[in-house]
Amino acid sequence: MKRVRVDHAEGRSHPIAPDGADPAREPQPRGAVIRGRRPVDHAEAAERFLAAPDHLSFHDKRLWDLREKRDRESHGIPEWEQLRQLASDIKEYALTRLDDLLEEFERNATANGVVVHWARDAAEHNRIVTDILRTHGATELVKSKSMLTEECGLRDHLQEAGVSVIETDLGERIQQLDNEDPSHVVVPAVHKLRSDVAAVFARTIGTDPGRDDPAYLAESQRMSNRPLILDARVGMTGANFLVADSGAVVVCTNEGNADLCASVPAVHIVSAGIEKIVPRTGDLGVFIRLLSRSALGSPITQYTSHFRGPRAGGEMHVILVDNGRSERLGAEEFWTSLKCIRCGACMNTCPVYRRSGGLSYGATYAGPIGLIIDPSFNRRKYSLLPYASTLNGSCTAVCPVKINIHEQILSWRRVMAEHHEPSMTKQISMKGASALLSRPSAYRAAVDGANAVLPHMPRFALYNPANAWGKGREIPQAPGQSFHAWFKARRRKP
Amino acid sequence: MLAAIRRNRPAATTVLPELQSFATLPPDGLQAEFRRRLAQMGGKLIEPGPEPDRLAPARRMIAEAGITCSMVPQLPGNRAFDRAEPASLHDVDLAVLQASFAVAETGSVALRAADLGVNALGYLAQRLLVLVDPATIVENLHLAYSRPEFHDGHYLVLQTGPSATADIEGVLIHGAQGVRALTVLLAIP
Ligand code: SF4
Repeated sequence: MKRVRVDHAEGRSHPIAPDGADPAREPQPRGAVIRGRRPVDHAEAAERFLAAPDHLSFHDKRLWDLREKRDRESHGIPEWEQLRQLASDIKEYALTRLDDLLEEFERNATANGVVVHWARDAAEHNRIVTDILRTHGATELVKSKSMLTEECGLRDHLQEAGVSVIETDLGERIQQLDNEDPSHVVVPAVHKLRSDVAAVFARTIGTDPGRDDPAYLAESQRMSNRPLILDARVGMTGANFLVADSGAVVVCTNEGNADLCASVPAVHIVSAGIEKIVPRTGDLGVFIRLLSRSALGSPITQYTSHFRGPRAGGEMHVILVDNGRSERLGAEEFWTSLKCIRCGACMNTCPVYRRSGGLSYGATYAGPIGLIIDPSFNRRKYSLLPYASTLNGSCTAVCPVKINIHEQILSWRRVMAEHHEPSMTKQISMKGASALLSRPSAYRAAVDGANAVLPHMPRFALYNPANAWGKGREIPQAPGQSFHAWFKARRRKP
Repeated sequence: MLAAIRRNRPAATTVLPELQSFATLPPDGLQAEFRRRLAQMGGKLIEPGPEPDRLAPARRMIAEAGITCSMVPQLPGNRAFDRAEPASLHDVDLAVLQASFAVAETGSVALRAADLGVNALGYLAQRLLVLVDPATIVENLHLAYSRPEFHDGHYLVLQTGPSATADIEGVLIHGAQGVRALTVLLAIP
């Protein structure tokens, strides 16, 4: 394996120190403290992230780098804005005919030999997976990254059922072995430094604790994964798209692990959210052109795989999962959040996300998209999240499917206010600086009603010319500038 | 579940947009774009040899390789592979394949189940050598998705360069979990 210090494909080399330097590094800041259904205090976790300068500066730079690469790749395509509009229209069309298209998908996939299952919620999904594993006498499941299985808590469920789950994506495996959730939808361990990874791997897969060269660490994971994949009877992947007219499941990855999970074991299970549907094979041209450019600034992922039926001699199952989606579809202000293709661009561009880390949101989905999805799973628990935003509109400007993210964040604040969530300040520790992103004044303003919210917004969010973004080219903002302005404005408030 | 969707789905006001090709390159510009993008994505390219043996560079590569499985009859490998047992391919060094088509915009090669023999061959092998007929290069993904291969067969992958990861500090590494190198030869067997 060789390390390449060039600027293409998945990433650009951005070492912050030479290999093996400075073994005594700052400890990794951990994510939000979860206390049952009590409101997650993003601000408290964000403050700890802000207090870890090495982690903060790497995280901020790495994600801004992805944002810049996204700009470069998208500006190289004259029809970029047209593609965004097409993507948005196709998704809106699909969501307003979701039932018909899902039935069409089921018909075509079934005709190709796929077993299609329907799961109303996480529990049903997890039970279907467990049943398939039992039928095949499997005690191990090799899987590739899927935000949906995170959402469903599949890993914990299977562990209790005596099945060991092996995440095969490098970032996801790091997170699994460290007992943490992924912090980003595309780069799950982006909040960790190489020294953190070296410590996790030394503890769990027996790497040399003194070596933190990423090439060595990645190679070690490859070598430890291989035998597990070769032995597995059942493999699992997520789905980026479901194509109604061909019955295809489309999976976009870079490491090759999803295809290994699908092609080596005899049984391939796909977990897919029902909103992943697109009507026509031709629609994929629009989405695949947008997805990796928006996510990583590369023209395509290394692997764009189309599964229409089981591999020779194998079995293929697709689980279509609702888990709150049909309900969201009926929410007038929020249903378009279902257009999301999970590219992560809104996270990479968000000053709050870049400076607080994905784990501080204490939810499956972090960053701007998380702010508008998480509360629909649990309004009370995620009642503070809509405040973790400067409302600068940068997320909306980069979103490849044109979701009005920052407007939905504002709408959620209004919903929280109407429902008096969080149920006032007593459940939340808001002493001193820990009130970073959640000053009592913000809540007071919120519960006073929708109109009162606006005056409490940072001035720059209202008057910044950046709000005229979105038409054609957006102006790249200096990273963090707005965050600081916003932070200072917040600090001055009582 | 479908009933819940029917109950909640918003009024259908959006019409399904017509698909366009957005093609602009002249046919003789496709190869150059394919080469440029393949290199960007970490793929390698070897040039065909002089007539009469255009495949000579591929033969040389195979001669130097370890265990080789080939799906191209003109370029035999040294291991016949068992179609029933994918895991048996774990020790393959080089796989030799012919792509169904290629995409200039992204530097991708399209491999169907029939091109791979065993799907896992494209991932368990350490390296791939892929033959691409230059006449099958399409300009972009819109044109790629209008091809009939997407409606036929159980599997089709657009592979673009070798497997890659940048999950540790954004450092790009080729040879993540799948192949460590992908080499393209623009020639017809
Ligand atoms: S909301 Fe838009 S930008 Fe954010 S992850 Fe989804 S598709 Fe990407």
